[in-house]
Amino acid sequence: MTELLIKNGFVFDPINGINGEKMDVAIKNGKIVGKVTRKAHVIDATGLTVMPGGVDIHTHVAGGEVNTGRIIRPEDHVKDVERKTRLTRSGTGYSIPSTFTTGYRYSRMGYTTIMNPSMAPLEAKHTHEELNDIPLVDKATYPLLGDWWFVLENLAKGNIEECARHVAWMLDTTKGYAIKIVNPGGLESWGFGHNVHSIDDQVPNFCITPREIIRGLAKVNKLLNLPHSIHLHTNNLGLPGNYTTTLDTMRALEDLSTDGKPVAHITHLQFSSFGGDSWSHFTSGAEEIAGYLNAHNHMTVDMGQIIFTDTTTMTADGPFEFTLYELSGHKWVNSDIETETSGGIIPFHYKKNNAVNATQWSIGLELALLIKDPWKIFLTTDHPNAGPFFAYPRILAWLMSKQARTATLNHCHKKAQKKSLLPSIDRELTLYELAIMTRAGQAKALGLKNKGHLGVGADADVAIYNINPETTDIAATYKTVRRAFKHAAYTVKDGKIVVKNGKVVGEASGRTMWLDVQTKEPCIIDEEMKRKFRQYWTVEYDNYPVFDHYLRVPEKLTIKATV
Amino acid sequence: MITLRPLRKFEVPVQAACISPDVFKGKTATEIANLPVTEGNQPLKLCDLFEITEDSAETPAITINGDAGKVKRVGSCMTSGEIVINGDCGMHTGEKMLGGKIIVNGNVGGWTGNEMKAGTIEIHGDAGDYLASPYRGSSSTGMKGGLITVDGKVGSDVGCYLRGGVLKIKGGAGRFLGYHMSDGAILVDKECETRAGACMTGGKIVITGTIEEVMPTFTIDGVKPKVKIDDTQSVAGPFYVFLGDLSEHGTGKIFVNKANNPQMKFYEKYL
Repeated sequence: MTELLIKNGFVFDPINGINGEKMDVAIKNGKIVGKVTRKAHVIDATGLTVMPGGVDIHTHVAGGEVNTGRIIRPEDHVKDVERKTRLTRSGTGYSIPSTFTTGYRYSRMGYTTIMNPSMAPLEAKHTHEELNDIPLVDKATYPLLGDWWFVLENLAKGNIEECARHVAWMLDTTKGYAIKIVNPGGLESWGFGHNVHSIDDQVPNFCITPREIIRGLAKVNKLLNLPHSIHLHTNNLGLPGNYTTTLDTMRALEDLSTDGKPVAHITHLQFSSFGGDSWSHFTSGAEEIAGYLNAHNHMTVDMGQIIFTDTTTMTADGPFEFTLYELSGHKWVNSDIETETSGGIIPFHYKKNNAVNATQWSIGLELALLIKDPWKIFLTTDHPNAGPFFAYPRILAWLMSKQARTATLNHCHKKAQKKSLLPSIDRELTLYELAIMTRAGQAKALGLKNKGHLGVGADADVAIYNINPETTDIAATYKTVRRAFKHAAYTVKDGKIVVKNGKVVGEASGRTMWLDVQTKEPCIIDEEMKRKFRQYWTVEYDNYPVFDHYLRVPEKLTIKATV
Repeated sequence: MITLRPLRKFEVPVQAACISPDVFKGKTATEIANLPVTEGNQPLKLCDLFEITEDSAETPAITINGDAGKVKRVGSCMTSGEIVINGDCGMHTGEKMLGGKIIVNGNVGGWTGNEMKAGTIEIHGDAGDYLASPYRGSSSTGMKGGLITVDGKVGSDVGCYLRGGVLKIKGGAGRFLGYHMSDGAILVDKECETRAGACMTGGKIVITGTIEEVMPTFTIDGVKPKVKIDDTQSVAGPFYVFLGDLSEHGTGKIFVNKANNPQMKFYEKYL
């Protein structure tokens, strides 16, 4: 019976409304409890900041795309090699770290839960094999369902309930956690060399539009009572002037929200908030988007903040990767995943002296600062698309210190400096708001009841940082704060100390969460469906599902659906 | 001056990035003897593998006498000084070089002068594959400046992603010479194998010897009497000038000696 007492820390626990109060956190058997016996191991957190373990809502850490990215980038690994230690395995970075290194690096920053957002159902087994190998963090993965033929067929016919049963079957089959939609309709079109350019374009071969797909799956999500909303990567992503498409998408979902709960999560919003009409007249659309989100409550979003570094972009959005290939001329991977989705990978270097990249950097921060409610916008880099996840402390510094923002902005391209709204924004986030953006808000949006807070009964995932909120002037000493967030003083996973002073000192394998959605009627797997498998997939129906034994430490979450 | 002589014939690769004038500078004989090297997976000291003698001569800073064909990364990241190798030398010789000079009186292995930015490498023998190329997979760190001269022949993929500098090869060259190069110049005096300049977007390849064919993605642009290699050398032709690689919208040039390549005469009708 392991007991742990974290004493005298400044606790930031937004879900329970605790804002920097000096208090103790008691842990027993991997859960937060009211009190522990005297025998408990004590961590003296006097003068330190205590937060729930970090939650990352969107980070590409496993799966076919990630691994192909690793294969094509030996030059990425050579500059970042980690040696093995007594406890940890060796590995490589930089933008696409190997599985074990991913777990260690997240844990060193105080993160304990990560979500792999894009898994082609056909590659589910591969994805889970890699997730099994990511230690020290809990994880889950979202299957890509926005362009799956069964979804398109059922939605085109208006069979929402039938579609819901198929989605429930797919979540079980792939051991997924939420519905991921990438460029709805666009990926199916990409199979024929086209793309959709607004949410009302027709998808070839299916009598359906992106608007109907998004609305249909949002309704399905509701019927199934899934804990997270639909996870949406918008149409026209990464193209100048696309903020209008993003606004159209958000407006299309307005009427679906009834109980004040968000109906959709727009991910890496920075890439969907471009203004202007061409790359040379590229501007920020952050003000319009933020204005809309401040007035409406039916969406949550995450940043997708740019880091100026050499990284690897990878997304299921094949047509967008083709655009990037035309821009950069870099090595390009393009793949078509049968009836489900597509994929693309390109290395990309974001540069300060590039007007477009510098404006993109500005857009991400503008969004985070202009959207007033931190429960609506979360911190991500869409790892590794806009930058590797271990650059999060740099983003924290930019958000918490105007001085840090100005220091970086002064090195940016002159054109971007002129266009940027950042000099006019004085807001500096507090540690409390930061705790919402990096853990509490994300856990709430994901519907993870035991994560993101330190109330009694929650999972004992705690991060302790070497920051004294009483004596530290965060805005002025942002470099020290950045270092503190980079190397957590302690990370506690399931009641076990796994990181101390930025070094991994413990082992934990982390659970893989998946949804067992119980529909009233089961999904009908008839001969017709099996025939389609035989005809259109390279994998037989019987070999398709991810069986329970594939997950090393599974955590089944049972959900009762209303259909 | 430090003279190194291998104590025995090395069977497995020796990683010796410490053999560089910048590292040796200001160190005593014992400090130099204790520099770390690895042989295979064994961490060792420099004196375990080499006999080290010191004399008062100023240049060259380092001389290696004997077969160093398994010794890798000699002169890594060096900025000044001179290394003379009387014998063969291994892979990655002069990698990421920033200045100074390396003279090899023998053959060198692959990846010699990879990612170099300045300085001179003289090879009085043959060179392996990937001479003056970037790390595998990288497209932005090819050789940027400096001069490499080779008396013998070179292997394949020489001058990949070249961004500057000059390669002068007195012997023949393997396939994919100047693959994806964007600037700089390569001179080949003997037989050049096919696919020279594949995907090139800039720079020039001058072949005074023979080449069987130029890739079909190149177009003939004219005939020139002579071509300049660098500030000190220009070679007399006449040369056929090819422009490409058109599949990459490239504006690189391949100059092929007219007299030595009569099989290319048919191109003249397109002029």
